[in-house]
Amino acid sequence: MKSILNYSSLSKKYVMAVAGIFLMTFLVVHLAINLCLLRNDDGEWFNAAAHFMGTNYIVKFFEIFLFLGILIHVLLGVILQIQNWMARPVAYKSASKSTTSFLSKYMIYTGFVVFVFLIIHFMNFYFMKMGWVEPTFTLNGEEPDFYLVAKALFANNLYSIIYIVLITVLGFHLNHAFQAAFQSLGLNHPVYTPIIKKFATIYSILIVVGFNIIPVYFLFCNA
Amino acid sequence: MNLTLEIWRQESPKAKGKFETYKVQNISADCSFLEMLDILNESLIDKVQLPINFDHDCREGICGMCSLYINGRPHGPDDEVTTCQLHMRKFKDGDTITIEPWRSKAFPVIKDLMINRNAFDQIIQAGGYVSVTTGGVPDANSIPVNREDAELAMDAAACIGCGACVAACKNASAMLFVAAKVSQFALLPQGKIEAKDRVKAMVAKMDELGFGNCTNTYACEAECPKGISVSNIARMNREFLCANVK
Repeated sequence: MKSILNYSSLSKKYVMAVAGIFLMTFLVVHLAINLCLLRNDDGEWFNAAAHFMGTNYIVKFFEIFLFLGILIHVLLGVILQIQNWMARPVAYKSASKSTTSFLSKYMIYTGFVVFVFLIIHFMNFYFMKMGWVEPTFTLNGEEPDFYLVAKALFANNLYSIIYIVLITVLGFHLNHAFQAAFQSLGLNHPVYTPIIKKFATIYSILIVVGFNIIPVYFLFCNA
Repeated sequence: MNLTLEIWRQESPKAKGKFETYKVQNISADCSFLEMLDILNESLIDKVQLPINFDHDCREGICGMCSLYINGRPHGPDDEVTTCQLHMRKFKDGDTITIEPWRSKAFPVIKDLMINRNAFDQIIQAGGYVSVTTGGVPDANSIPVNREDAELAMDAAACIGCGACVAACKNASAMLFVAAKVSQFALLPQGKIEAKDRVKAMVAKMDELGFGNCTNTYACEAECPKGISVSNIARMNREFLCANVK
């Protein structure tokens, strides 16, 4: 099998797009679980969902693809970007005045911010789930109580503000990513493409509002 | 009009270039951009200085020879025109105009504003043709072509290969050019026969020549003097996927 690094530029983009779509689908599942935090039930639903995600074999199976997806998406994103920088060794003196989609120009930077967020997120939650980090709160003394972990993190205003900013940057990344994934896979249509672009905006706004409503709730309503 | 021009001067492909400032005076607003440069060159020749090298040929907007990155836009501040059809009325008296060559690893500077676009020829040579056996001319309409496909193929074929797409793209990607050339054949029955080999060969050549990768910013479409749509890029993405899967 040919190494993924030797794929043609178009094939790399297909892989980027497919991995991206998979990650975007996962975000919806993640959001649904996070919204359980808003229930005033001392984390019953949220912990049940976290337990399910941590133990269910089908979820564990898809978890492999999730990590592969992140890895490949990041790796290819960086490779493509380096090639792109190399393709123009001498820069223009005048700044580009071409009409382009604004967010599309900053994908590597918004992507980097999302990657930093992922690292913080893994250190706070995933490492605890894997037992690599001692849980700060536990249910029945063993399993981490992610509801209390999340609540404690969001009790820190600085953490909440950073969270809100990083999720908003994720929204910028998704807004372009969603419609670009379809274009990369060759799915462009005079009628459906404008609909996909609108849906991309709606999707990214829903993700940003959906995830950010939780720290806002903890900042103002649950202080 | 009196104008200040900042122009890239580079003696040879390997020489280190730099911007030089020139003043031009009494330029008519009805003058074309290239005529303005001709006037400047005449004055340089009068002063026994080397004139500025720039590409041009038909000056009718169809040959694809003129280039020039003017004030941050390939072919300057007008939409859907080539540099030769850009007129000085698009500028204001007293403006400073920065003129640069197309910047891309695959388009090395030959001299001043003149670049080597041979990379495009190499992509065409890789597959941008229909193989024909010589013989009598076939009857017109012997192969039925859907009118809609004929229109789309004609739109793609409007590409003059000027390279503005590469110049505009932040990644110096040639996707719009290659996509237009792939599309004009892929849409027609005559081109379908070699469609798979063509798209594979042309994409491989494009990658080999060091053009950047498409990140769907669509600056190419915005700057294309012939208004080639990025839907052609999607078509090439489809063609390439199908060619490699089947």
